[in-house]
Amino acid sequence: MYDVVIVGAGVSGCAIARELARYDCSVCVVEREEDVCCGTSKANSAIVHAGFDADPGSLMAKLNVEGNRLMYEWAKELNFAVLPIGSLVVCVSEADMAGLEMLYKRGVMNGVPDLRIIDRKELLELEPNVSDTAVAALWAPTGGIVDPFGLTVALAENAAANGVEFRFNAPVSDVRRIDGGFEVVAGDERIAARAVVNAAGVYADELHNCFAGLAGAPDAGQDIPTVSAEPLRIVPRKGEYYLLDTTAGQHVRHTVFMLPTSMGKGVLVSPTVHGNLIVGPTAKDVESKEATNTTAQGLAEVVSKCSLTVKDVPLREVITTFAGLRAHQEKHDFVIGEMEGAPGLFDCAAIESPGLTSAPAIGVMVSGMVARRLQLSHKPEGAFDPTRPGVVNLMATSFDEWDQLCRENPQYGNIICRCCRVSEAQIVDAIHRKPQATSLDAIKRRTSATMGRCQGGFCTPKIMEIIERELGVSADQITKRGPGSELVVGTNKDRITQPAASLKGGEEL
Amino acid sequence: MSKVMEHHGVVIVGGGPAGLAAAIAAYEAGQHDVLVLERDVQLGGILNQCIHNGFGLHTFKEELTGPEYAARFIQKAQELDIACRLGTMVLDISPERVVTTVSAADGIRTIAADAVVLAMGCRERPRGALATPGYRPAGVYSAGTAQRLVNIEGQMPGREVVILGSGDIGLIMARRMTLEGAHVVCVAEVMPYSGGLKRNIVQCLDDFGIPLLLSHTVVDVEGKDRVEAVSIAEVDERMRPIPGTEVRYPCDTLMLSVGLLPENELSRAAGVELSPVTRGPIVDQSLQTSIPGVFACGNVLHVHDLVDFVSQEAAEAGAQAAHFSMAKDAQDGAAERGVPVVATDGVRYTVPSFVDPQKMADKLTVRFRVANEYCDRYVSVYYDDERVQHRKKRVMAPGEMEQVVLKREDLLAREGLAQITVKLEEE
Amino acid sequence: MATEIRELICINCPMGCPLTVTLEDGEVVSVTGNTCPRGDAYGRKEVTNPRRIVTTTVPVVGSKTEHMVSVKTKTDIPKDKIFDVVFALKEVKAQAPLEIGDVVLANVAGTGVDVIATKRA
Repeated sequence: MYDVVIVGAGVSGCAIARELARYDCSVCVVEREEDVCCGTSKANSAIVHAGFDADPGSLMAKLNVEGNRLMYEWAKELNFAVLPIGSLVVCVSEADMAGLEMLYKRGVMNGVPDLRIIDRKELLELEPNVSDTAVAALWAPTGGIVDPFGLTVALAENAAANGVEFRFNAPVSDVRRIDGGFEVVAGDERIAARAVVNAAGVYADELHNCFAGLAGAPDAGQDIPTVSAEPLRIVPRKGEYYLLDTTAGQHVRHTVFMLPTSMGKGVLVSPTVHGNLIVGPTAKDVESKEATNTTAQGLAEVVSKCSLTVKDVPLREVITTFAGLRAHQEKHDFVIGEMEGAPGLFDCAAIESPGLTSAPAIGVMVSGMVARRLQLSHKPEGAFDPTRPGVVNLMATSFDEWDQLCRENPQYGNIICRCCRVSEAQIVDAIHRKPQATSLDAIKRRTSATMGRCQGGFCTPKIMEIIERELGVSADQITKRGPGSELVVGTNKDRITQPAASLKGGEEL
Repeated sequence: MSKVMEHHGVVIVGGGPAGLAAAIAAYEAGQHDVLVLERDVQLGGILNQCIHNGFGLHTFKEELTGPEYAARFIQKAQELDIACRLGTMVLDISPERVVTTVSAADGIRTIAADAVVLAMGCRERPRGALATPGYRPAGVYSAGTAQRLVNIEGQMPGREVVILGSGDIGLIMARRMTLEGAHVVCVAEVMPYSGGLKRNIVQCLDDFGIPLLLSHTVVDVEGKDRVEAVSIAEVDERMRPIPGTEVRYPCDTLMLSVGLLPENELSRAAGVELSPVTRGPIVDQSLQTSIPGVFACGNVLHVHDLVDFVSQEAAEAGAQAAHFSMAKDAQDGAAERGVPVVATDGVRYTVPSFVDPQKMADKLTVRFRVANEYCDRYVSVYYDDERVQHRKKRVMAPGEMEQVVLKREDLLAREGLAQITVKLEEE
Repeated sequence: MATEIRELICINCPMGCPLTVTLEDGEVVSVTGNTCPRGDAYGRKEVTNPRRIVTTTVPVVGSKTEHMVSVKTKTDIPKDKIFDVVFALKEVKAQAPLEIGDVVLANVAGTGVDVIATKRA
């Protein structure tokens, strides 16, 4: 029996796993997809929010500001990419200045450091491409951008290095009570645990409602934060995005938000840590929790809205469009705590924006609650290694350093992804780290191969060859993102049959 | 890194058809210190995967397949003992023509070149560049990627194939997939005409009864993991999908042949001035870019229709690079750009963009593409306001390159010539 | 007398001339629309005896560089034999070393035409 099973290997689940690894306990993360970071965590704005958005006193406000602070700290020990470029909320009408002031005050109440309202002149110095209608902006120097894949993978790798186990392709269908704890039905497996954490993203309501079926009468006076056993409903809120080529990556220097007005909410325009420009998202509630498709209307909305705050966004430099689903909940606050009447069952639900920013703080908070419930003690000094070796980024490597890498491992000299400058060595490294990257998208998230302007056109066959060789699989077993997404379906002529005419005529072959 | 910088007369970036032709021509022009840098482990470039026939009709007066065409140039380069460094990727070219490379064998190397020829070829526009709505599953391939999987790896990308875009690679892949046992459902083309060669429409589609849907585009991609269906709609004259015309085609593969773009990352990094139309370098009569001593040819300069024209153009660039490398006194002067060549009235661009009558050869081929399908139009050349050429063409299409030839004596005879114009006229 | 008119596009060169071939009782009586003699010849042949060169690939055994080797019919074959040629090559594996022009399969599908390698392997 594990001490803890965490359902969901998104950024929240991985952060909780990593923080639980500080304690003397056994942890297993179960994930329905083939890799970490496959749901909401992979398709979002990749912003480190400063923390002025959420209502003062909400869990969201607290965890955002704390997560923001931890993000920059963790980046150093876990070696993922985060850039504190700062963010601007642009006000495009004098009539809305009161709204900007209110946002400023809210930020101050939330404890966001160094917030300032700047006038148009100063705004133009910071952001020359801001729209002609911009009158002022809220400047938040602690805002930033992060590699959401790099963050989640780093958390997972550090958790795994400290003893956490991962099960992929294991969708959870039920949780039952057993002696001394719970049984989690995940795929074909039944996994027993003393405590279960629900970090199931857009599916967290289903697991919450399953937990609720196991709840008895609430016990009074416990010191662990609780969540109600009332039914929860998560509404998938779709956000659609444009991602522009690195040639457009300098169009803005900071994350540019629009102050919501009576005209509606704008979209953000921001550089990414990979040097691209991201534009989006829309916000539309949808029925299906699988509806990660882009739509003509959604993409058109992104195009029309981006010009409200930033002029001349070079949208023709688009290299891909994508959509993500936020786990929206009516009350618009995180639902984190132990379920009333069900000690040992923990929710980490409704983690919508700023969930990515909050992830480190969520990890600390949830692991603390679980540790208290299970009376876990910290591992002895030195038994937990908080550091995770980074991955090589040849885009940020000097030619001298690169030359040295080639001498140590000639595979660094074999460029596989020419757009993002990824070598064979980096791909081999990604395949053999724990948890392993075994699909094209898993390798993309770790190395950025296929992420560039040709979108895998040149390197897909080459990466397939490396996967074949390193994992000893055949080409038709290689997937884009797990079972069902095979990249090739057979070999040449394997379905060619004798032409009907020659069968009839019995001609010599 | 090597302490003493390696040095060569002409360094050629790319060992495909353009690079090989440029190398051979540079050698034959007298510069024997030529180095070809090729990132693949073999020479020939994209021709290696273009196994269909139809190459070389102009150059060799016979129909060759891509590998056969490449082999003739590879053999010639070998006979001349031209140095070719394989598995070597160029990372940077400085304005002073210092070339930085990386390879598994040598790590990082820097090479000083008296002249550089850019011959990196082109790349395909990906699906993302179209912002096609829908899911992003496995089974969406650019035609060139699918071509590599089938022709080089022997792997089938899918069984039921819809092709978007009727560029030549798309048409060729329709036939290739059919001959390997797949079913090609249809080819959709957003324009009212095909971007491919007529012979390919006949031999790749008509021969196999594959429908070509002109003025149609893909408006939805279904399937979360692997493509399950695409929806295709008719478009209006402004290429907007017409609501209500959507037809859903079940399939497991969407193949895209929606345009090629010159591979100009290195050119851009070097500071070479690029054309917003071709997205390749702006060049003069010597195929020299805005950086003295840096020349460009083939698909990195502008996307060609026939490899024969790539070879011809590359030979010119190679010879010019050789002359530049050997004429020490001519080096690094401020680039005199000569008389501008203006493309207008249905002519999208010209290569070159500038002509210096003093420096040009007796005859100069100016290549261009037209903006639309035209019947019975005249190709006209004006020297300032005077029309000097007027040639009727029965059919012109954007998919096919056109050319005019300028004579040096004509240009020299017009002192003070300010502009050369190439345009289409109805009469 | 049965007159038949067939519209074709000439494939000999990129011009793609639109040809009109007139047949009477199955005999070609005229070809128009062509700009060169090759168009005339193509028009006559395409309506009476259409032929194609088939290009494809076969797996190659023993090559250090290639999984597959590209091949073609050495000359054109009857158009209606294209799939017979492909089927005949289904189980063929070429043996390295191969030079361009080496025969991979002789007299493919009874056409009298050999399939030859178009690449070294």
